[in-house]
This record gives sequence, C-alpha cells and structure tokens, in this order.
Amino acid sequence: MIYLDLLIGFLEVGLFSFGGAYAAIPLIRDVVLAHKWLDDEMLSYMIAVSESTPGPIMVNLATYVGSNKGGLPGAVISTTAVMLPAFLIILFIMVLAKSLLKNPYVQAILGGLKPCVIGIILATGVYMILGNCYVETESRVDITAVLMTCGLAVIYFGSRKFIKKGLSPIGLICLAAVVGMAV
Amino acid sequence: MPVLMELFVTFTKIGLFTFGGGYAMLSIIENICVESKNWITHDEMMNIMVIAESTPGPIAINCATYVGYKKGKLPGAILATLGVAIPSFIIIFAISMFLEGFLEITWVARAFQGIKMAVGILILDAALKMIKKMKMKPLQMGILLASFFIIMLTNVLKLHLSSIVVMLTAVLVSVAFFLVEKGHGKEGQA
Repeated sequence: MIYLDLLIGFLEVGLFSFGGAYAAIPLIRDVVLAHKWLDDEMLSYMIAVSESTPGPIMVNLATYVGSNKGGLPGAVISTTAVMLPAFLIILFIMVLAKSLLKNPYVQAILGGLKPCVIGIILATGVYMILGNCYVETESRVDITAVLMTCGLAVIYFGSRKFIKKGLSPIGLICLAAVVGMAV
Repeated sequence: MPVLMELFVTFTKIGLFTFGGGYAMLSIIENICVESKNWITHDEMMNIMVIAESTPGPIAINCATYVGYKKGKLPGAILATLGVAIPSFIIIFAISMFLEGFLEITWVARAFQGIKMAVGILILDAALKMIKKMKMKPLQMGILLASFFIIMLTNVLKLHLSSIVVMLTAVLVSVAFFLVEKGHGKEGQA
C-alpha cells in the first residue's frame, strides 16, 4: 500500500531530522532508497530543484516523492507526514512543557541523538563525494570529477575568507551546474 | 485584517519568497515577525532557534507553529504552518509533472552532473557546521565517530541497516551512561 508507505516513511523523516535541510538529506536518502522511490542520481536532481524553488527543502522533497508515487493524494500525505512531528512537538512544548528541553532525561536522549545524527550526515557527505569520483562499473577513479569536486570545495569554503557569509548553497549549485555543462 | 488571516497570509509570503531552506528562512522570519509585525520579541526569536535546533523537522515549520500558536492558539498554529508549506507544495507538485522529461535533455543532464558534486559538498558543510556548534564530551565524540564508521561501512558494503536503528542505539547508549553517572553521583553523596 503506497499511501501507508509514504505516510510512515515521511513521518520517520520528519521525526528524526535534526539541524535543517542538508542535515536531513541522509535520512531522506535512507528512506527513499530503501523503498526504491528514488535513486541517488534522482535524489541529487531533486535536491537541486528544491534549492531552486522556494520553501523548506524537506517539504519540497516530500511533495515530489509523494506526487511521483501517488499523485495528488500521495503528495498531500507525504507533505503532511513530514511536517506533522515538528508541528506536534512544538505545540506540545508550548502548551504543556515549556521546560521539557531542560529535563535531564531529554538532555541525555538529545546528547546521544545529536552526535549520532552528525556522524550519519558526515558519512553520507563523504560517501556521496567518493561515489561521484569513482566509476563503479569500470573500477576506476574519475579524474575530472575529483578535480571538479576539489575546485568547487576550494571556492565554496575559501569564499568565506573574502565575502562575509561566503558563497551561498544556491550560488554553489549554480556554479556547479555551469561547470558541469562546460566540462 | 483578523489575526488568523494575517498569520496565514504572512507565512504564505514567507514560504513563497524564501529560497535555500531553513537557515535562510530564519532571517526573513525574524525580519517580519520581530521587526515589522511585533508578533514576538527578539528574545523569543532566539528561544525559537534553540528549540528548532533541538527538535526534529523543518526549521521553518517549527517557527511557523510557534509564532502561530502564540498569536492565535491552535487555529493560528495550523494556519501559519499550512501557510508556510503551501507555496512549495503547489510549485513542486507542478514541477513533478514534467521533471523526468526535462532531465532527458542532454545539457540539463550535464548540468546536474555538476550539481551532484555541489550537493556532496553542501552535506559535508552541514555536518562540519553542526560539529563546530556542538559541545562535545568524550561520549559524544565516541558516538559521532562510531556512527560515522557504521554508516560508511553499510554504504560501502551495501548492507541494509536503517539509520533509525543506529540513532536509537545511540540514544540507548547515551541514556545508559546518564543513568550510570547519576547512580555514581548518589553514591558519592551518601
């Protein structure tokens, strides 16, 4: 039952994604790959599309996957599911438990959850970069991809030394698209 | 304009004009809700950011629910949250109808080859920023490294291990350490 799968899949994403858009991508990736809703290739495309359209990236991804797999009802279900945990948790904190986050047990739970999430994000980033630079079918390193990645990383991280906030994610994506077309 | 209507319209605008996700939205939400509408104070905005950091889900949703509830109780929370999500819902729904055909065009496909590299760098950057902000004790450091290696291994060896399982294990370890420490604390006092 695709609607139920979408509901549960995106509830999971909404419930376990800490720290904003790019931090949520590893979790989304985990869920969409497990259900074969998207592959790595398509997921990257969708991230780029989400970046170039307004709104929270998680909502964008949920709407896309939902609509792709289950039409309008699928889109509504996935989008609602990805927002629902955040909505309920904030309501709960405001209505019942203003000091919930200061509770030592909650702190202990978050103290385990957050470093774990960071580890997962780090691993996904590293794995994606390595995956881009390695041609699996031919078991060889793709030199062009290595050079491109290094170049983009140097520009992205280096730009912070010259401009106050550095190159924005959307700026990096545009640059990467131009480089991709030129190479 | 009645406050519920105003919440809905304002958050729809926020949803429509903010590109680049959560952190980019925060500054716009602050600008509108604190400076121009006086719905919440600057301190409350800081508070929301801390709560949004420690709770799951899209940060823009956390903010919309908080401000909506404060100004209009439950109906306000629902309308503000729907408002912030509706523009992206409509836009992405429209795009999803023709995206796959669009991606078959050669130069678009090449552009996306480049974008794939950018996405890897952006995810890495998200992790590095979170590491910088987090207060790391040895336990946290250990959990971080262990999760990193476990997920790398499952990726490289193509194992099927849900990251939720890894997260729940991390929570158990952390709570167990907390209980042991608490136990020692009591013995020390006695």
